[in-house]
Amino acid sequence: MLLIHCPYCDETLPEVEFTYAGQAHVVRPADPSSTSDSEWEAFLFLRENPKGAHYERWRHLHGCGRFFNAVRDTVSDRFLTTYAAGAPRPDLSDLIERAK
Amino acid sequence: MTHFSAFSLLKNALTGNRNWTEQWPDPEPKAEYDVIIVGAGGHGLGAAYYLAREHGITNVAVLDKGWLGGGNTGRNTTIIRSNYLYDESARLYDHAVDLWEGLSQELNYNVMFSRRGVLMLAHTVHDVQSFKRHIHANRLNGVDNRWLTPKECKAYCPPLSISPDARYPVLGGALQERAGTARHDAVAWGYARGAAKRGVDIIQNCAVTAIRRHPDGSLAGVETTRGFIKAKKVGVSAAGHTSVVMQTADVRLPLESFPLQALVSEPVKPVFPCVVMSNAVHAYISQSDKGELVIGSGTDQYTSYSQRGGLPLIEHTVAAITEIFPIFNRMRMLRKWGGIVDVTPDRSAIISKTPVGGLYVNCGWGTGGFKATPGAAHTFAWTIAKDEPHPINAPFTMERFRTGRLIDEAAAAAVAH
Amino acid sequence: MSGFRIPGKGRVDPATPVSFRFDGRKVRGLRGDTVASALLANGIHLMGRSFKYHRPRGPVAAGSEEPNALIGTRRGPGRYEPNTRATVQEIWPGLEATSQNKYPSLKWDIGAVNDAAYMLFSAGFYYKTFMWPRSFWDRVYEPFIRAAAGLGVSPSREDPDSYASRYLHCDVLIVGAGPAGLAAARAAAVDGLRVVLVDENAEAGGTLLSEPQARIDGRSAWDWLSAELAALKANGVRIMTRTTAIGYYHQNMIGMVEKLTDHLPDLPADTPRERMWRVRAKQVVLAQGALEKPLVFHGNDRPGVMLAGAAQTYLNRYGVLVGRQPAIVTSHDSAWYAAFDLADAGARVQAIVDTRADVRAELLAEAEARGIKVKLSHTATATSGRLRVKSLRVNPVRDGKVGTPYTIHCDTVLMSGGWTPSLHLFSHTRGSLAWDDDLTTFLPKDTPEECVIAGASRGLWGIEAALTDGADKGRAVAAALGKAGTETAHVVEADRPGTGTSEKELPTDLDPSRAKAFVDYQNDVTAKDLRLAVREGMRSIEHVKRYTTNGMATDQGKMSNINGLNIAADALGKKQPQVGLTTFRPPYTPTSFGAFAGYHRGAHFEVTRKTQIDAWAEEHGAVFEPVGQWRRARYFPKPGEDMDSAVRRECVATRASVGMFDASTLGKIEVVGPDAVEFMNRMYTNPWTKLAPGRCRYGLLCGDDGFIRDDGVIGRLSQDRFHVTTTTGGAARVLNMMEDYRQTEWPDLQVWLTSTTEQWATVAVNGPNAAKLLAPLVEGVELTDDAFPHMSCAECTVAGMPARLFRISFTGEIGFEINVPTPMGRKLWEAVWQAGQPFGIVPYGTETMHVLRAEKGYIVVGQDTDGTVTPHDAGIGWAIGKTKPDFVGKRGMARPDLVAKGRKQLVGLLTEDRSRLEEGAQIVFDPAQKVPMKMVGHVTSSYLSDAVGRPIALALVEGGQDRMGETVHIPMPDRTIAATITSSVFLDPDNARLKI
Repeated sequence: MLLIHCPYCDETLPEVEFTYAGQAHVVRPADPSSTSDSEWEAFLFLRENPKGAHYERWRHLHGCGRFFNAVRDTVSDRFLTTYAAGAPRPDLSDLIERAK
Repeated sequence: MTHFSAFSLLKNALTGNRNWTEQWPDPEPKAEYDVIIVGAGGHGLGAAYYLAREHGITNVAVLDKGWLGGGNTGRNTTIIRSNYLYDESARLYDHAVDLWEGLSQELNYNVMFSRRGVLMLAHTVHDVQSFKRHIHANRLNGVDNRWLTPKECKAYCPPLSISPDARYPVLGGALQERAGTARHDAVAWGYARGAAKRGVDIIQNCAVTAIRRHPDGSLAGVETTRGFIKAKKVGVSAAGHTSVVMQTADVRLPLESFPLQALVSEPVKPVFPCVVMSNAVHAYISQSDKGELVIGSGTDQYTSYSQRGGLPLIEHTVAAITEIFPIFNRMRMLRKWGGIVDVTPDRSAIISKTPVGGLYVNCGWGTGGFKATPGAAHTFAWTIAKDEPHPINAPFTMERFRTGRLIDEAAAAAVAH
Repeated sequence: MSGFRIPGKGRVDPATPVSFRFDGRKVRGLRGDTVASALLANGIHLMGRSFKYHRPRGPVAAGSEEPNALIGTRRGPGRYEPNTRATVQEIWPGLEATSQNKYPSLKWDIGAVNDAAYMLFSAGFYYKTFMWPRSFWDRVYEPFIRAAAGLGVSPSREDPDSYASRYLHCDVLIVGAGPAGLAAARAAAVDGLRVVLVDENAEAGGTLLSEPQARIDGRSAWDWLSAELAALKANGVRIMTRTTAIGYYHQNMIGMVEKLTDHLPDLPADTPRERMWRVRAKQVVLAQGALEKPLVFHGNDRPGVMLAGAAQTYLNRYGVLVGRQPAIVTSHDSAWYAAFDLADAGARVQAIVDTRADVRAELLAEAEARGIKVKLSHTATATSGRLRVKSLRVNPVRDGKVGTPYTIHCDTVLMSGGWTPSLHLFSHTRGSLAWDDDLTTFLPKDTPEECVIAGASRGLWGIEAALTDGADKGRAVAAALGKAGTETAHVVEADRPGTGTSEKELPTDLDPSRAKAFVDYQNDVTAKDLRLAVREGMRSIEHVKRYTTNGMATDQGKMSNINGLNIAADALGKKQPQVGLTTFRPPYTPTSFGAFAGYHRGAHFEVTRKTQIDAWAEEHGAVFEPVGQWRRARYFPKPGEDMDSAVRRECVATRASVGMFDASTLGKIEVVGPDAVEFMNRMYTNPWTKLAPGRCRYGLLCGDDGFIRDDGVIGRLSQDRFHVTTTTGGAARVLNMMEDYRQTEWPDLQVWLTSTTEQWATVAVNGPNAAKLLAPLVEGVELTDDAFPHMSCAECTVAGMPARLFRISFTGEIGFEINVPTPMGRKLWEAVWQAGQPFGIVPYGTETMHVLRAEKGYIVVGQDTDGTVTPHDAGIGWAIGKTKPDFVGKRGMARPDLVAKGRKQLVGLLTEDRSRLEEGAQIVFDPAQKVPMKMVGHVTSSYLSDAVGRPIALALVEGGQDRMGETVHIPMPDRTIAATITSSVFLDPDNARLKI
């Protein structure tokens, strides 16, 4: 069971309090009607699915209820960081350096 | 390569089993192949076998980063069935079952396909409606599947509790008698032996690091940990790792890889005659020929390549099994393990050409890839050989995610009211 | 007592005899015995039969790694479990133990014919045969194979015991209470650190329990142990015995199972049988020790052949001499000490046969002092004896050549092939291992978890080395937690550090292809099987394992993995790490399903949510159905009524006068804020801007893929406040989806969402007399078409209770939904019930609700739609705000396939023969076609309808909305039913009945 740090509650808590919410930084187009079918497909379905650092979203469902972002290594399942929704994508090399 | 038979078994027994020969060689990769298959699981090895056998294409290599059959082929709960709702799925899986039925003889390798029946339990009125819809659709598609009352369920599977007071009482079940299980390792080994016999090179411990394309975008071959190998065509069949491989060719797929856990109990004498699945409580169970209860669960919630999986999910799965089969509460779990499954948005597979000429992909099988093995391999080989899909896999394109023509079995089983 | 118990030896209690039964025969042991030690004390070695060849077997080990001595254990009805390790199960008066995998008896087992044909049953034999004739597999071969496999028999009754689970948070968890673990606990138990020490055995001490000769810090090992345990407790260390750490999960979560009752003579009331501990430790010390390896030679499996360390344990811990005339075969010093201990206890050690040419002079001297013959540079090549070993065949080995054999008569053979560090939990962390050539074993390397390894599990031998390393590691984990651990130093006398060599199968002068030299005892995997697998092209240990089943028995390779690897590596001509080590998987030892399920059994398997009105429904004879987590009243049968007649009565009464329905389970979400209307505009397909406060609208929710997700009536209470209702099963999903968009896509919107499902109890009142009935109860709202028209909402008082009143209808009749604070739900219900008596009010359930709504063509999301239906498909395209620039689903439903011709659309069906269709039945245009038929849709809802006067159905049909009046066909197993496509609205299309 993973331990996850909620950036809003500022507490590290067990996975059962959280729900996974997919890849982070997938932005819904501002004007969906002007997107092509391929662009809409990309928004709906195409995901990075990396083996390694993954920018993803979690929701502290049984806590503050808020969605936040995280960077997790999908090979070790270790969280490199978590950060507020809307915050910019943290730089990966810094995170990896810090994890070491 | 020794032909397997009762006679060869006897003859070799008399000569101290010294004269058995290797089932597949361990060749060095050649500089170039007509077709390279990435991923030596049942699907990849099967595709190579059918390329050689059905299409006469024998200058084929199957590459794997580890050992053949070491991925999901050797980690799944071996359930085989074809009672899917949609015509597209029913046709594909039923094609697979047709091939399963003759596979041991065809491969001269006993894959132990056991038609012990798969019983899917209905626990709610909604389940009943959904299962009846499947049964009617299956009947008109010529796929065997019939409704059992709770008592009939109990007669078919005596360990089942049909107590009406259960939290999830059994309201009936859908039974596919032609469905069952097979011995997973034997499928990989049987295809490997059959492919190798026809000249296919199976190259283990040879990870594909990139698919290389010419400057004009056309396919050049694959970079591997053992050097560059030129290929006219490449078929990727790498299960949970498909995204990673395909990204090197700049092909993005609608895939996410999730951990999937399974477990076995200690072995006991035959007590469980069939396969039982319960979607409402998310668990499925059968008993292996060795006597172990083989139990599968749903996927963990987050994407991962760690093959670990968490304790809560396993606790839930075991609770679900003992809820339906209370007599197993004192049985013991012997081993649990994790695999990585690649899941598409509609939970149906992709067997398709790609935007890159000569590059093909067979992926997105989620938790259901094993049962499709012969059917997927057979149609994938066709697609590669003819550069066009077989009619059976034609609906399973990458395109459908753009057009919205999904094959959404899970959605059809659908949200409750 | 038999003569195999040595007075003064062991930790068993000679004053407390304990009787139990083995295969029906009464056996006496002592308190503190295991089943195995008690049977051995009675001279019984034969305890089981092997898996494939049904060979007679006795215990080879003394702990949880035992592969042979597996028994059934029983404590009265329902309390039976197969495959219990006799070496672990403690005895208690009345325990019933039975041997397994034998017929008719353990001594004469018919399955043993397999043993004679063992050359046929070589590795992978079943892949090569049983294929002809094809039909024989299902009917003949497989049942035969299945019946032959499987060891014990499954329990057949429901388990009467309960199981518990707990969380435990600690600073340091130490797994294994041997010398390394004890020392680590002592060093780390400082300054308030919460230290937990666990051990799978009945008592702490590990190796110390088997080595009483050692003197630690001037005291005997056992005295030191009890003093140390007392000191640890005094320092606040929590010591948990009979507790197995079964798995190491992410971020230092360790699953542990504590056995609470299996050793007790009487079951205490209200005590669970086992307890699952989910431990989250800041630091973990793994001190699991090492496991002894068997030697691999022909006949190394006969009863009486066992590990030397096990014999030493049986003697020192249980006071049992496993044989009077043991012969020792070893490649490691440790077995010499076992020989000395047995000799000192009165056994006549027949010989110590060592594969090595050089052995420490000190050992040779001790052997000589005891008059024990020593055979160096020797190999063991066979044993004899049917149900018990009688002799050992040994040969000298010179320059790699096996010389002339001779026979040593004996009643036990004690073997040691060296020791394997126990790295199971470490392996669960996905930690990496490094091969150590000197020790011929894998040692721990890196792990992603906060964990260290101490003592024998990292290849250190001897008590002093373990104590020193344990203390070091204890201080290290304390330091990692910012504390200075206790400095300790221990002096150990009569310690037994040793060295040895690791062997593949022992050299032999016999035909190795015919040798039954067992590597995996339980699964009957021999050295020749492993070599055959390699010959057949299995080049990785994973393949060898799977092909031969080596390491797949219930000991999960604890006995067999390294021997198997050594042999496979030799056959391949490679180094062991190039062949690989199979991954250890949880659990460490087999673990009861009950312990995993814990409290989640029966009614607690999953929560059942009940409304305030549920009890009333139960009192009034309702039949219930589960919907999501809720249980809902399905119908209210009167005596003698079945579902159809009850539902018909409820429908008729409601349409004729009035009916009441508990709608409390509907999901409710309060959407509040200055931007509430904008939020609603973006989430739902409908337009909301012009909806006036006090008015309601049917709301339709799609996903961004354009398919219907949910629906419900939504009331606007004020400019900035919406009362949103959802389907019963969809409430949590809808709120999650709304929150997702609100927080992630539109954080600028000032809007707040609150789940209010649990805040409101909801009673629906429907029927021509609904307004008449309610009017006297309602204060603040006049129930007329002018003052409170259909699709109105208001806050008011109903029967003296504060209420939100909605005038809405899911039946086509005049309808109201009254929401009151949840605790008042039953009071409201009974007030309506009372007020309804003059009108002959009926309570109705979900089934009637379904019929009434279907007669009006109202859809049920999830029944008439699945996840592939668009609003247009469902015939509710009118619910889309066409002028809105965007809403969730707008772009998705413009995708090519969603606007294509020929999509399945919701229509009504009336059967020509007036029969009722089956829900889920498939529809075709051409009934004459052959299978596979072209299906064009299916029946989504189907009911008998008194109001319509015939059965009605809703169906999704290809292009259905353009096919009104056409005939379609529903092929059933026995006949084909013809039906006419109609509007989905069967009753009152002009909504005249909604008027008061």
